Amino acid sequence: MIYRETGQYKTSYAADQAIFPIAQDRWVVLALGAVAFILVPVMIDDYWANAIFLPLLCYTMAALGLNILVGYCGQISLGTGGFMAVGAYASYKLMTTFPGLDFALIVIAAGVITAAVGVLFGLPSLRIKGFYLAVATLAAQFFLVWLFNKVGWFYNYNATGQITAPPAESFGLVVTGAATNTSTTYLFCLTFVAVFALMAKNLVRSRVGRSWMAIRDMDIAAEIIGVRPLRAKLSAFAVSSFYVGMAGALYFGVWLGSAEPTEAFGIDQSFLVLFMIIIGGLGSILGSFLGAAFMVLMPILLKNFMVDGLAMSAVLAKHVEITLMGVLIIFFLIVEPHGLARLWQLAKEKLRLWPFPY
Amino acid sequence: MARQPIGDILLKVERITLSFGGVTALSDVSFTVREREIGAIIGPNGAGKSSLLNVINGFYHPQDGQITYKGTTRSKVHVHEAARTGIARTFQNIALFKGMSVLANLMTGRNLKMKASILEQAVYFGRSKREELAHRDYVEEIIDFLNLESVRKIPVGRLPYGVQKRVELGRALAAQPELLLLDEPMAGMNLEEKGDMCRFVLDVNEEYGVTIVLIEHDMAVVMDISDRVTVLNYGKLLAEGTPDEVRANKAVIDAYLGIAND
Amino acid sequence: MGGEFMFFIETTISGVMAGVMYSLVALGFVLIFKASGIFNFAQGVLCLFAALTLVGLMEKFGLPGWLAIILTACVMAGVAWLIERLVLQHLVNQDPIILFMATIGLAYVLEGVGDIVWGSDVKVLDLGIPQGAMDWAWDNWNLYVEKLEIVAAFVAALLVTVLAIFFQKTRIGRALRAVADDHQAALSVGISLRSIWVIVWTVAGIVALVAGIMWGTKSGVQFSLSLIALKALPVLILGGFTSVPGAIVGGLIIGVGEKWAEVYVGPLVGGAIENWFAYMLALAFLLVRPQGLFGEKIIERV
Repeated sequence: MIYRETGQYKTSYAADQAIFPIAQDRWVVLALGAVAFILVPVMIDDYWANAIFLPLLCYTMAALGLNILVGYCGQISLGTGGFMAVGAYASYKLMTTFPGLDFALIVIAAGVITAAVGVLFGLPSLRIKGFYLAVATLAAQFFLVWLFNKVGWFYNYNATGQITAPPAESFGLVVTGAATNTSTTYLFCLTFVAVFALMAKNLVRSRVGRSWMAIRDMDIAAEIIGVRPLRAKLSAFAVSSFYVGMAGALYFGVWLGSAEPTEAFGIDQSFLVLFMIIIGGLGSILGSFLGAAFMVLMPILLKNFMVDGLAMSAVLAKHVEITLMGVLIIFFLIVEPHGLARLWQLAKEKLRLWPFPY
Repeated sequence: MARQPIGDILLKVERITLSFGGVTALSDVSFTVREREIGAIIGPNGAGKSSLLNVINGFYHPQDGQITYKGTTRSKVHVHEAARTGIARTFQNIALFKGMSVLANLMTGRNLKMKASILEQAVYFGRSKREELAHRDYVEEIIDFLNLESVRKIPVGRLPYGVQKRVELGRALAAQPELLLLDEPMAGMNLEEKGDMCRFVLDVNEEYGVTIVLIEHDMAVVMDISDRVTVLNYGKLLAEGTPDEVRANKAVIDAYLGIAND
Repeated sequence: MGGEFMFFIETTISGVMAGVMYSLVALGFVLIFKASGIFNFAQGVLCLFAALTLVGLMEKFGLPGWLAIILTACVMAGVAWLIERLVLQHLVNQDPIILFMATIGLAYVLEGVGDIVWGSDVKVLDLGIPQGAMDWAWDNWNLYVEKLEIVAAFVAALLVTVLAIFFQKTRIGRALRAVADDHQAALSVGISLRSIWVIVWTVAGIVALVAGIMWGTKSGVQFSLSLIALKALPVLILGGFTSVPGAIVGGLIIGVGEKWAEVYVGPLVGGAIENWFAYMLALAFLLVRPQGLFGEKIIERV
């Protein structure tokens, strides 16, 4: 009954093609938006920001990017960590070379640079599919981590090999470095994610999104409608890497503050983001949000439950967490390959009738 | 609307030879189609009919021979180039995008007509939105034409076979082709569905002036709606002419049609 | 003979040995891919799990080496059965990508369970396999040749021979080849797909055990063992996903190539090239010959 659509009919194609055609959806999104933009910044503290909201936003950005490549275009990438590193190091170099530059511009520029790198690694992979593409992206992953470890220019030759984000401003407010205001950093990331999620949604419902999905569903047939598979795959790589690069810049600059390649951008990150989109839902913008939220919150909830609740050792809890992640992946792949997003859709279908039986 | 007269030669395929490894699919085959004509290709299974269509639209590259389309002569075509020059087709085993809705599949047919850049699409408001709506308008006419209104938003993979065939035809039409290649459009359909599909094919030809080449096994359909019939057998051209001429041709009767038992 | 040249020989032999070790792991991949079309990302973790179980049985229960090996093989069979029952059975008609991702999940599960049951500290695996420099090579030519690796080479050769006989001569082996060729056709002659899969995964598990023993003796039983799975990908790209000889040859090429690159090119660019050299080599191969040296070419028809 809650999701009754009766009485909501569309009188124009524009209305029919809106992102949230059902009124109930619009209300929910507006409410969430109000909470996110108005309520949270007022109430947020350091712990919540660093443990939950900032990583959630950074990973959502990365998940959006990876979902475009994997969920919408049907390619596979195991190199997300490496490309986040590209974004992070690009932003680091830009910050240290042009200290006065607005950080928002730096993030976008980092994204563009990562897109270029992504295209470079994507080019040779265009004639191969499936596992072969996985190899190419793995190559990128290991090579990039090695590169940022070895080549001093990237970390400005400092002794520790780490990169640390210097203070940088955006629109006059400090968003990186030690002296930041929690609400500011949160809102900065939130704005980025909101704007670019909207753009991603626009892309996937337009011509380019359809050409990606055509490649995913049947790339041989995509050519007959004039889609050039090489170009479509490249554009998916480029856009995906753009998002992942921005995610890396935010991840390093705003959240972590300092980073070291193997730990922050290793292959575990690649798997983490992949799991996010599998659990959240492949080929769904909402799924990217849900999957990121799930993978960020679950370890925290688990740890609280196991270590505080059941008095397990932290080491044991970590092993259980790893096991559980694997079980969840398999569970979702078997039961609902379209992930949480689809479960949400099914719930809405049920809510059409509830509490009535039919 | 009265049917417009058949025009000049649109497509000429000359002396095409196509082989895969040791197997020769087509051997010295020539074939012509005129504007606004409905041409049929018939022949036993394995005769090379689908291979001929694949050569015309670029999936296969012949070892020998040439293709002249709209005045340009080439020894081989690339698929997306063929699409760009106005050739559209359907397939024996449906080649729809199963993960997308009917509407989205039809909109993919408009792919080449859409010009907005990626950035404009990301922003949506402005040029991209105008384009989307304009093409949605056009596609809705095709939905109307093919009676697909009730299944617009349903993912194509869930639809029955006959409906999927209609959607595939719709996607081909959405591209506003000049030459439409149909590979067994009526396979697997019952009498009523075949009648509908025949009507669609004829209407497409009459209303939109599209040149049609179709492969079909149902002789009643072929003889009824086509202007010219080409017969292939074992990759070679067996006969060519009007339906009546082909029906009376002895070689064709021996190889393929057979004689009615009285 | 010149010192330079001897060093080159040593490096090459070392590379060959490393290559043999890679091949051992790659064999497991090929088996599973041949029989079910799945790229089993969890193969490396299977090696780790097998080695962990072996050490655990020997340390915690004080069992002698040979008994522990037999018991571990049974455990691996049990694991194979569970995997088929709980995972594979439900994913039969899915996309290869989905199956691949399921094996990533499997890898996490096996790793987690292995750590929970046996602990994640580094363990020493001592089965009495000879280690250290080969005196004969050292005394006569000043060549350092690791005894363990010679043993590994022999074991690998033995394993390949056994597997080859198994596939060619036995009834089950024939059934496996039928399944690898065409699932539907195999079903239609009465071959039970599910039993085949359990058998294949068991065999892969035993191969993993052998590989785990070798690697574990060499560098201790620890998490990094599972990362070898990642190295197996380039081996398979080179050799072809469906070829047993390909796994051997691919492993050797990668092993030798890596060592040469590390020793001769490494110092020029700061070292640690081994991390990515295999992948770049595989990438180059992909551009030139995607099906690998011995694999089958895939033709797609519309």
